[in-house]
Amino acid sequence: MIVYRYLAECIFFGFIALIFFGGLLTVRARLLMHAVLGLAVAFIGVAGLFFHLGSPFMAMMQVLIYVGAVCVMLVFGVMVGQAPTRTGQPRLTGHNRQLAAGSCGLGFVLLTATLVRTRWAAAAERVGDFSMQHLGESFLHRFVLAFELISVILLIAILGAIIIARSPEEKTPS
Amino acid sequence: MTDSFLPPELLRILFAAICAIVVVFGNALVMGYLERKFAGRFQRRPGPMEVGWQGLLQLAVDGVKLVGKQLVIPRQADKVLYRIAPIVSFAPAVLPLLVIPFSPKLQGRDFDIGLIFILAVVAINVLAILIAGWGSNNKYSLLGAMRSVAQNVAYEIPMLLTLLSVILVTNTFSLKGIVAAQEGLWFILVMPVAFLIFFVATVAETNRAPFDLPEAESELTAGFMTEFSGMGFSLFFMAEYTYMFIACSLTVILFLGGWHGPPLPYAEYTSALWFFLKVYFLLIVMIWIRWTFPRVRFDQLLNFCWKYLVPFSLVHLLVTAVVLKI
Repeated sequence: MIVYRYLAECIFFGFIALIFFGGLLTVRARLLMHAVLGLAVAFIGVAGLFFHLGSPFMAMMQVLIYVGAVCVMLVFGVMVGQAPTRTGQPRLTGHNRQLAAGSCGLGFVLLTATLVRTRWAAAAERVGDFSMQHLGESFLHRFVLAFELISVILLIAILGAIIIARSPEEKTPS
Repeated sequence: MTDSFLPPELLRILFAAICAIVVVFGNALVMGYLERKFAGRFQRRPGPMEVGWQGLLQLAVDGVKLVGKQLVIPRQADKVLYRIAPIVSFAPAVLPLLVIPFSPKLQGRDFDIGLIFILAVVAINVLAILIAGWGSNNKYSLLGAMRSVAQNVAYEIPMLLTLLSVILVTNTFSLKGIVAAQEGLWFILVMPVAFLIFFVATVAETNRAPFDLPEAESELTAGFMTEFSGMGFSLFFMAEYTYMFIACSLTVILFLGGWHGPPLPYAEYTSALWFFLKVYFLLIVMIWIRWTFPRVRFDQLLNFCWKYLVPFSLVHLLVTAVVLKI
């Protein structure tokens, strides 16, 4: 069985690398299209991590919603709007730099604090129950808030795409 | 189990993956031949006749030609995206074949959520078409890609809604479970309307005529495939036929009773025969539709989906839920 464990480890680090690669591509890409596709790569990496952690349902949802819907929406937004095909030059000066550093630091602190403070309980017996009753009860009773919040994501994706696509145009008076 | 270097489970998965690729290539050959033969017959001509008996080897020869062709990359194209687009389209086409139950025993892996797996994996194809359309830096390609997305996003809704009606009855996402639930009574008899909606939606999802607007020859040259030649083109071509195969397999699994049919010896394996017969019957119906109906206009396409298919499938879902409750 040792082979399986090595394989699983390799695949795990492979997915981590994929996420980093996708993330870097998203941030560093000069073309807007490349940035969105980098995001898709990162999402697929996250889906792989879910799969590796024994939650295929989450992995499938990740691919279906993020890669299949959010990324396609973003790409569509980029192509339909009079989008600049290139991302603007980063303006990391003075005020902007402080804001960026502040928000990044805050995000890092919050995430680390959550990671450290949470007492990670061992996962309960994995339910292989994908019946309608079970799913419905989970979505509309136990995890109803998360479920409702997820449905806002598509809206945010569309709005974000429009904002990214429109912002430089408003600076140049037409 | 001992610490053998290659565990049997791994071998099984590798074997299943190789079989899936064989199915992909075999299906592309058979479908290419069938399509050209049927197209010929529908137009009162014999179709390919020269290479081999009744032109049977035509596709093999075409394949060799496509492999040997020079790859031309347009100068203005995005080199990386242009190269990876056919691969992104082709790779997810192989994956669903691993979870499709061809017979009770012939299945790569029984997945609790096989249905969702197929839907999720197939969704990546839209992204591939977008990459191809944008990457080739050609207005026809871009227009084809944008049409494809609008069409796919629209027709996914009635498809998923009718699929939900079936799930309401079977109460499982496992493809094997869905087929097993149709022992004796196929779902096409229980809900013929859902079958019709689902089939029309899959025809649109696979970009087949009369819904082949993303590659409408008369307006867009070849749509998102315009700039592709050689193996790039043939990967798209094989991916399209594989998606058709997967769509028809799903229809057979959901509505036509999967592997169920008259009893055969060694039915656990040989009943795959019924499965393939039904799938190819549906594929031939798709070819028949393609060569019979003219292409629809884009507004007609979207109107048909949003004004007819979506409301009908919503009502169907409601009625199914109410009937089940009674």
